[in-house]
Amino acid sequence: MQNYSRRRFLFVSAAASGALLVGWRGARAQALPYLGAREEAQALGAFVRIEKNGDVIIGARATEIGQGVKTSLPMLIAEELDVDWNRVRVEQLPYGYIDTDKGPSNKYGDQGAGGSDNIPSAWKELREAGATARALLVQAAANKWDLPKENLRTSSGQVIAPDGRTLGYGDLVEAAAALDPPKEPPPLKSPEQFTIIGKPTKTVDAADIVTGRAQFGIDAYLADALIAVILRCPQLDGTVDKLDDAEARKVPGVKDVFMIAGPKPDEPIDGALANGVVVLAENTWAALKGREKLKVEWKAGPWAAESNSALAAKANELLDKDADAVPVRKDGDFAKAYKSASSKHEARYEMPFLAHATMETPGALVQVQKDKALLIASLQTPSRASQTISNLTGIARKDIEIRLTRAGGGFGRRLKNDFVAEAVQVAAKTNGRPVKLIWTREDDLRHDFYRPFGVHAMRAGLDKKKKVIAWSHRCAATPRNYRDSGMKSAPLYIGCIEPQDFPAGLVANLDKTFFPIASGMPRGWWRGPIHTFHAFAVQSFIDELAIASKQDAVQLRLDMLGPARKLQFGAPDDSGYDTGRLAGVLQLAADKIGWKEKRSDGHGIGIACHFTFGGYCAHAFEVSVQGKDLVFHRAVCAVDVGRPVNPLGLEAQMIGGTIDGISTALNLAITVKDGQVQQHNFPDYPLLRMAQAPKNVEVHIVESTEDPSGAGEIGIPSVAPALANAIYAASTVRIRKLPMMPELLRLL
Amino acid sequence: MPEKPVRHAKPIAVPPVAQSAKEPVLPLRINGKAFFHNGDPDMPLLWYLRDVLRLTGTKYGCGIGYCGACTVLVDGKAQRACLTPARAVSGHEVTTIEGLAGNSELHPLQQAWIDEDVAQCGYCQAGQIMAAADLLRTTPHPSDDDISKITNLCRCGTYPRIRKAILRAADAMKK
Repeated sequence: MQNYSRRRFLFVSAAASGALLVGWRGARAQALPYLGAREEAQALGAFVRIEKNGDVIIGARATEIGQGVKTSLPMLIAEELDVDWNRVRVEQLPYGYIDTDKGPSNKYGDQGAGGSDNIPSAWKELREAGATARALLVQAAANKWDLPKENLRTSSGQVIAPDGRTLGYGDLVEAAAALDPPKEPPPLKSPEQFTIIGKPTKTVDAADIVTGRAQFGIDAYLADALIAVILRCPQLDGTVDKLDDAEARKVPGVKDVFMIAGPKPDEPIDGALANGVVVLAENTWAALKGREKLKVEWKAGPWAAESNSALAAKANELLDKDADAVPVRKDGDFAKAYKSASSKHEARYEMPFLAHATMETPGALVQVQKDKALLIASLQTPSRASQTISNLTGIARKDIEIRLTRAGGGFGRRLKNDFVAEAVQVAAKTNGRPVKLIWTREDDLRHDFYRPFGVHAMRAGLDKKKKVIAWSHRCAATPRNYRDSGMKSAPLYIGCIEPQDFPAGLVANLDKTFFPIASGMPRGWWRGPIHTFHAFAVQSFIDELAIASKQDAVQLRLDMLGPARKLQFGAPDDSGYDTGRLAGVLQLAADKIGWKEKRSDGHGIGIACHFTFGGYCAHAFEVSVQGKDLVFHRAVCAVDVGRPVNPLGLEAQMIGGTIDGISTALNLAITVKDGQVQQHNFPDYPLLRMAQAPKNVEVHIVESTEDPSGAGEIGIPSVAPALANAIYAASTVRIRKLPMMPELLRLL
Repeated sequence: MPEKPVRHAKPIAVPPVAQSAKEPVLPLRINGKAFFHNGDPDMPLLWYLRDVLRLTGTKYGCGIGYCGACTVLVDGKAQRACLTPARAVSGHEVTTIEGLAGNSELHPLQQAWIDEDVAQCGYCQAGQIMAAADLLRTTPHPSDDDISKITNLCRCGTYPRIRKAILRAADAMKK
C-alpha cells in the first residue's frame, strides 16, 4: 500500500462563479473514493486517474438521465488529455460537496441536469481539466528526458520526443502527480486537432445496460435495508382523518406503519409532497400488500372542488375579461396597430397538465445515522438533495454522502427531491437502519409536480402587404411559480410565457400578458418546460395566419425572422438567439421534407421551428388521417446545436425528443376532478408504443463551428405544432387543444 | 462507514438440506440455477428476482403488466414478471437479462443493441431485449409489422433504433 498521506492531488474544479479553479489541496485517499483509491493508479486532478498499464479512468460528474452526458462530458476531458478513447473507462463520480471559505462548493463543478446546460457549462471547463492533466504528463516526460517541454507532443496516451522516443502516460503518471500544476490553464487544441470531439461515440454504459448490470437508483440495496411504501392522500393538500392499520400490520414481513407529514397548504413544497401513511416492511411485496390493507379516511383539503373543466372556464373568463393581468412585455402599441390592421386573426390553444412518468419511478435509498447520512438515488440535483437532507436532519452537508447512479429518465421530475425528503422522514424512525423508498407507478402519476395547465390566447394583425404588424400573446395558466421557495424573486409568469421568445423583437407592436389561475396541483419543470408549453400555440398560430392570409407557412416565418442577426435572450450578456440559425433549421427541414412538392392521397405536411436553451430545431411531418388513425409517413428533424460533441448521441436525443413529443402531443394529459388526479397508471396515461411511432426519424444536423449547446430538450418543442399543422394539411381539422387524438376524433 | 450496496448476490447453486416441514419451499430455476423460495409464494417473480436474488436487471415500471420493463422469459416465452407469482414459475425455466447470453459473453440481441447505440436512459432496455428475444424465437425474420407487436414502453423514444437492432440481430443469428 502506498502512502497516500503525502500525496497531493491536483484540484481542478469550477468555482461557484463558473471560473475555473486550479490549485492544490491535500487529499486523503478516501476523499476520492472513485478516482484515487486504487494503489496501482494515480489521480491527476479531480477527473482523471491513470493506471500503471496506461488505462485511463475518467470521472463523469453529471447526473445521467438518458441525455448522454456520462459519455459526452468525459469525451471533452479525453480529447484534451489526448488519449485513445478505447482505453478510457468512465466512472460515475459521487456528489462532490466541499466546504470552502466562501461557502458550499463542489469539487467537480456543476453536477445537476437541467436547462440543457451540461455541455455548455463543461465545454471550456472540462477541456481545461484534461489539458491540465496532459500538461503535467508532458512536464514529467520533459524532466525525465531533460528536454524542453515545448519540443514534446502527445498522441493516444503517449508523450513523444522529437527523436521518436515515447513514454506512455502510465509510465509518467507517478512523476506527473508530484508536479506543481501550470499556473494558467494550458492552451486548448484547435478543432482541426480533435480526435474524439465530433466523432460518433457509443454510450459508455451500453454493455452494462444490455446485460442488466447497469445500476439505477432503484437497483441500490443495502444489507438490512427496510422497504418503505407510502399511501399518500389522493386529495390535493388533504390530510389523514382516520387510520386503521390493524390488518396491514398482520401482513407477514410488515414491520411498522406510521403517518408522514406533507406541507401545509400555504407552505412551500420543499420536502415531502403529501400527507400519507408509511408501511415499512422486509421486502417490497410485503410493503405493497400491507399498504393495500390500510384503511384510511381522508379529509379533503382546500382544493376539493378543483377540476379541469373549472380551470378551463376560469382561464377563458380571465382572458375574456382581461382581468388580473400580469404584464410580461409590451413593444410599440398593440391595440392601435391591431385596430388599424387590414386583417385580424385570433385563436386559443389549451394545454393540459402533464406528468413526467419517468420509466424508473422516484425513490431513494437512505441511511441516516447520528452524524452522517448516505443517499443513493436517481437524481437531477444532488446539491439540492444534500440541502434537503441537511435541513431535515441537521447533519452537516460535508457529512452527507451521495452516490449517483444512472437515472431511468429525468425530464425534470428529479429536479425535485420530495422523494428524498420522504425517505429521510421515514429513516428518522428506523434507528440508523437503511430505508429504501419505492414509488409505484400509481404513486408517480398521482403525485407529481405537473407541467402547468393553461390557455394561450393569440391575436395578430396583418397590414395590406400581409406583414405581421401586431402580435398579442396572452396566457392564462396555473403558474409554474407555485409554492417553490427557490423562486420567490421570480416573476409569476415564468415557465408559462417567455418575454423574449419568438416573435418578440420581430413584430413592432407586441403584447405579452399573463393571467394566473389558482390551483392546488403541484407544478414543476417538464422537459423543455416553457418551450413545449408555448411553442405549440405560437407555431400553430403562425400556420393559421399563413393559411388565412394565403401565404406560404415557411416563407412567412422566414419573412418574420428577417436577416440573420442576434436578438437578446436571457440576460444581456447571454449569447442570445440568432434569427439566421433558426431560419437555417427551418429551411433545412423544409428542404428535406420536400415542402414545395404537392401531396396527394390525403397526405399533408406541417412544419414548425423553435429556439430552446441555446439550440435551434425544426420539425416537419408528413401524415394522413385514415379512418380513426393518424398515420406517419415521414418525420424530419433539423437541428443546430453548434459543434456537436457526440453526433451519435445528438441524433439519439433528436429521435427520442421527436418521439417523446409525438407521444405527449397525441395522447397524454393529467386531469383533475374533485381535487384529485384522475390518472392511475399507463392505461390512462398511454405513452406511445412502438406500433404507433414513426418507424424512422430523419435527423439532419447542421454543421457548425459555434460553441455547443445542450441537446436534451430541444428535440421536443417544435414537434406538437408541426404535427398539428400536418394534421390540418391532411384533414383540414385544426387542433387547438392538447392532447390531439381525442380532439381529432371529436372534430373529424 | 456505511455498508457497500449488495450487487448480484451469488445464487444458491445447490438445494439447501433438511428444510423443515413447517417451512415449505418453492423450487425455482432461474438462469439455469436452482433456487428455493421460502417466502410468500404469491410474491411476484419481479420482486423475488430483485429483492431476494438481487438480479436487478429486471425492472419495475408499472406493476400491472402494461409497460414491459419487467419482461423475462419463462420457458423461452416473454412474460411480465410483475404479474407472475413466484409459484407460477415453479417447474419452469426462467431466464432474465443476466442469463440471456447463457455461456456466451453477449446474446446477438445484446450485441446489436450496443452496435445500434439504442439505450438512452437505458431503464426499459432489458425488457425490450427480452421481448425481442421471444419475437426472434418465433419469428426469425421479422417484418416491421412483426416488430410492432412488441408492446414494451420506452419513455426516451428509442423505438427506431430498437427496430434497427432487432433486424441486425436477426441477420447475425441467420449467419
